[in-house]
Amino acid sequence: MIRVTRKVEFSAAHYYHNPDFSPEENRRVFGKCNNPHGHGHNYVLEVTVAGEPDPATGMVLDLKELKDILQREIVDRMDHRHLNHEVPELAGKIPTCENVAALIWNLLAPKITQGKLDRVRLHESPDLFADCTAESNGTGGRA
Amino acid sequence: MNGPLKLSLTRRYRFSASHRLHSPNFSEAENQRLYGKCSNPYGHGHNYVLEVTVTGPVDPETGMVANLGELDPFVEREVVEAFDHKYLNKEIPEFGGCVPTTENVCREIYRRLKTFPAARLERVRIEETSKNSFEFAG
Repeated sequence: MIRVTRKVEFSAAHYYHNPDFSPEENRRVFGKCNNPHGHGHNYVLEVTVAGEPDPATGMVLDLKELKDILQREIVDRMDHRHLNHEVPELAGKIPTCENVAALIWNLLAPKITQGKLDRVRLHESPDLFADCTAESNGTGGRA
Repeated sequence: MNGPLKLSLTRRYRFSASHRLHSPNFSEAENQRLYGKCSNPYGHGHNYVLEVTVTGPVDPETGMVANLGELDPFVEREVVEAFDHKYLNKEIPEFGGCVPTTENVCREIYRRLKTFPAARLERVRIEETSKNSFEFAG
């Protein structure tokens, strides 16, 4: 099996706030990420697709097609947006790196028809990233 | 079509330390042959980059596998404060009888971080230089 990874970047704003928490609890749990004005990141997304290369083309999937899927499903939806207010799929959720990575997985998995989505790695900053894999995928689970 | 998902969170930390690769069980010539310039008796140093990966369920109240407000101080206390600007051979007791290769540093850091209470430690990865990296997953 071969894994193919494509990288794409987007910039977005967010803040962390749970309406079920008191203001003090929100500040304690979320720290400066609780600032209601929001703050932003340059997110770097790495999407890995696994599969056997097609003997005729030598490719697991057409990277141009993956690029277009990432643009349409992720960048157009999230780039220069406020994740709390402008991405309806995150309504009622805290837009942490973990939750955004899981949403990206759920948006991409049905769109990838050649090969199989293996891993979504979302960097919020150069020092922090979340990996989302299928629980059943013993190999992909090891980030 | 989507089964259950697995989420993990990876955080990068930095520390600078010196070490010397030298085993008292080998002759000087053998140390020299095995470890080369890493066996220089005065030691040498690196800017280590430590990647810590934790995994577990995403808490629906916080959206997090682990809160960095808990992970950062834990790693700072258990590893960064202990290792940063130290001579690993002399100042980390566990390297009294074990050569502080980055393989062994990975294992020691994994041992120290394994007790993190809020999520499961999945992996420790260390970049000794921009060209060499090592990882240990238990």
